[in-house]
Amino acid sequence: MTEKFAPVDQILKEHGCDPAQLIPILQQVQDLYRYLPEDVMRHIADKLEISPARVFGVATFFAHFAITPKGKHIIRVCNGTACHVKGSSFVINTVKDKLKLKDGQDTTEDGLFTLECVSCLGACGLAPVMVVDEVVHGQITPAQAVKLIDDIIAAEAKNA
Amino acid sequence: MPKKTIEQISKEYNDAYKKITGRVTICGGTGCIAGGSMKVYDAFQEELEKRKIGYCLNITKGCHENYISMSGCRGFCAAGPLVSVNDVFYTHVKPEDVAEIVEKTIMKGEVVDRLLFVDPNSHKHCKTIAEIPFYSKQERILLHDCGRINSEDINEYIAHGGYAQAKRAYTQMTDEEVCKEIMESGLRGRGGGGFPTGKKWDLTRIEKGPKKYVICNADEGDPGAFMDRSVMEGNPNAVIEGMMIAARAIGADEGYIYVRMEYPLAVKRMRIAIKEAEELGLLGKNIFGSGKDFDIHVMEGAGAFVCGEETALIASVEGRRGMPKVKPPFPSQSGLFGKPTVINNVETLATVPKIMEMGAKEFKKIGTLTSPGTKTFAVTGHIANTGLVEVPMGTTLRQVIDDVAGGTTNDDGTVNKAAFKAAQIGGPSGGCLTKEHLDIPLDFDSLKSVGAMVGSGGLVVMNEKTCMVNVARFFLEFTQRESCGKCVPCREGTEQMLTMLNDIVEGRATLKTLENLEDLAKAVQKASLCALGKTAPNPVLSTLKHFKDEYLAHVVEKRCPAGVCKALARFEIQADKCKGCGMCKRACPVQAISGEVGKPHHIDPKKCIKCGGCKSTCKFGAVVTGA
Repeated sequence: MTEKFAPVDQILKEHGCDPAQLIPILQQVQDLYRYLPEDVMRHIADKLEISPARVFGVATFFAHFAITPKGKHIIRVCNGTACHVKGSSFVINTVKDKLKLKDGQDTTEDGLFTLECVSCLGACGLAPVMVVDEVVHGQITPAQAVKLIDDIIAAEAKNA
Repeated sequence: MPKKTIEQISKEYNDAYKKITGRVTICGGTGCIAGGSMKVYDAFQEELEKRKIGYCLNITKGCHENYISMSGCRGFCAAGPLVSVNDVFYTHVKPEDVAEIVEKTIMKGEVVDRLLFVDPNSHKHCKTIAEIPFYSKQERILLHDCGRINSEDINEYIAHGGYAQAKRAYTQMTDEEVCKEIMESGLRGRGGGGFPTGKKWDLTRIEKGPKKYVICNADEGDPGAFMDRSVMEGNPNAVIEGMMIAARAIGADEGYIYVRMEYPLAVKRMRIAIKEAEELGLLGKNIFGSGKDFDIHVMEGAGAFVCGEETALIASVEGRRGMPKVKPPFPSQSGLFGKPTVINNVETLATVPKIMEMGAKEFKKIGTLTSPGTKTFAVTGHIANTGLVEVPMGTTLRQVIDDVAGGTTNDDGTVNKAAFKAAQIGGPSGGCLTKEHLDIPLDFDSLKSVGAMVGSGGLVVMNEKTCMVNVARFFLEFTQRESCGKCVPCREGTEQMLTMLNDIVEGRATLKTLENLEDLAKAVQKASLCALGKTAPNPVLSTLKHFKDEYLAHVVEKRCPAGVCKALARFEIQADKCKGCGMCKRACPVQAISGEVGKPHHIDPKKCIKCGGCKSTCKFGAVVTGA
């Protein structure tokens, strides 16, 4: 049991088991697991001697924290003001349709993609902007977005 | 080994700088990096190596040849990636252009004409920054060094006079004198509220110590604003020096910089700058031999807009949900961990060393009587020169949009000053300014008088093809999502307002909806706990005031005049304009377009997902959104 959480304990130790450091702790833990599993959050609460509710509270409050696993490929479409007035909603709707995502759903059934709509990546000069696995694509059109997704699907099928 | 003084560092750096033969600066701001400037940086090194021309990446280790460095954001993001070789300023530089730049400019001192910026109005090819209207019409005080200096080298900041004011504050001035200097300068908080900074400091100074904190609010959540990011990326040491002076003024020994996690580069540069400052003894124990200590921690936000509100930010630093508290007590009395705390935003703090350098009197000469100094604006949207501009407070909206930023553009990017419809200032908390406001001065009080606010400085320009109802809905959707849920007026009010706006843009609303929307907006404005809720209705109220006819078109005629609102829009191909080229057919992601080559095409409304791809692809303007 304790071994299972050894990497988490290391992170807690670096932060001196200080409850005030909860957010940086969760950030590092999320980097490790790519999301915040419930048992890990309970473990953190135990070690910090705070209630699990406080940990869940923080984890669900901030947009950066995910309590469900994310897809293999992360597509982030900027919907900041500059991107919005330059038509990012057309891109978002097209990607949603393409990935068959229902309202409120952000990860595809097969776990291949997660779509995130973010507020301003600061690359307003290139609006509208879409980031696929950390690669920034500026002045993107709906058709280009579909092509990028098709390319990933094709590459995945080839590897499978 | 005794640490070097800043005077020694400055002298050594300037002596070393005299020995270099040329300087290549590549913009390393987020916008330019997204455009590929890192590859340009690598290409310069490869090209110089290939031609056996000497270069160095660090000046202090002795450099007798070309010095290549990355800078922070230069603000002219629309023309990126940006490269300067000595005085020559190149735009839209790609790695494949580097060989020519090296051969012509570095080796022969000639100019590569095709990479110069061409002023769209005068058609002049601008060789230096000073010739480009975007820069020459600005007054860059805060941003003066952004984009000029290597933001990952503290020595260059020091060589430009950096940390001299912090030293003066710690060694030659009392805490009261520092507060007085800033109070006299009339500096007002650049984060949105416009509260006098000196007064805030003095209120914290008189509180009982010994433990006090300085927090730099770098949680720039307003979508479309990137002033603070640019300052942190371009001149992180100015932020640190501003924090040191604030710490001296109030008697704090610990500080936090709260940066939003969407800004990884700003976080990285701040961390580098702090580490360098610590190594030089500028941060840590016994600063400048004054016997006073000061340490700075960087904390990354976790994605919550409400944390821009100071009490919510404090809660978040303490490891709790970022929810605001009722004020008073103000942070100056009981802030972080219950201790007296000063919270200033990035731009405010980075302005402080400049004020100390020029003196309160000189600073007051810039800007207006009640809003002295300059303000940076992130100008985005339908505008020729997207980017970051710094102008004196009181500059008119027209000057910023037309003179500095090159004018409003059509959807295809061509400049059309007459196409200006509105500018949203201050982001989701601000209001919109219309044609009738083009000549009002941009300062705290003038903007407030017309129902808008400076806010953090986001300025989104919109052309005639923009649907203002959609824009209001966009901002409200944002604030509704970001509402922390603590107080009812904001949590439920924004939700209901959004429902009504959805009814409007989806054709279900009646005139009663408009009435209810306005009533509720005013209630939310009055009754919410913090600034997020109090200002959330601003975009709705100001568009209702200035663009009532557009709301009425949606409600009464079920028509979106701009053809933007998806549920009310119908994409059609005008047979007389369609050349049958088939471009739209290929652009359509759902195969809704049919037609033979050379003959007018047709959109099947049942299949159409209204993505707008056909419209943006058509070169003949044949695709229209039926109104």
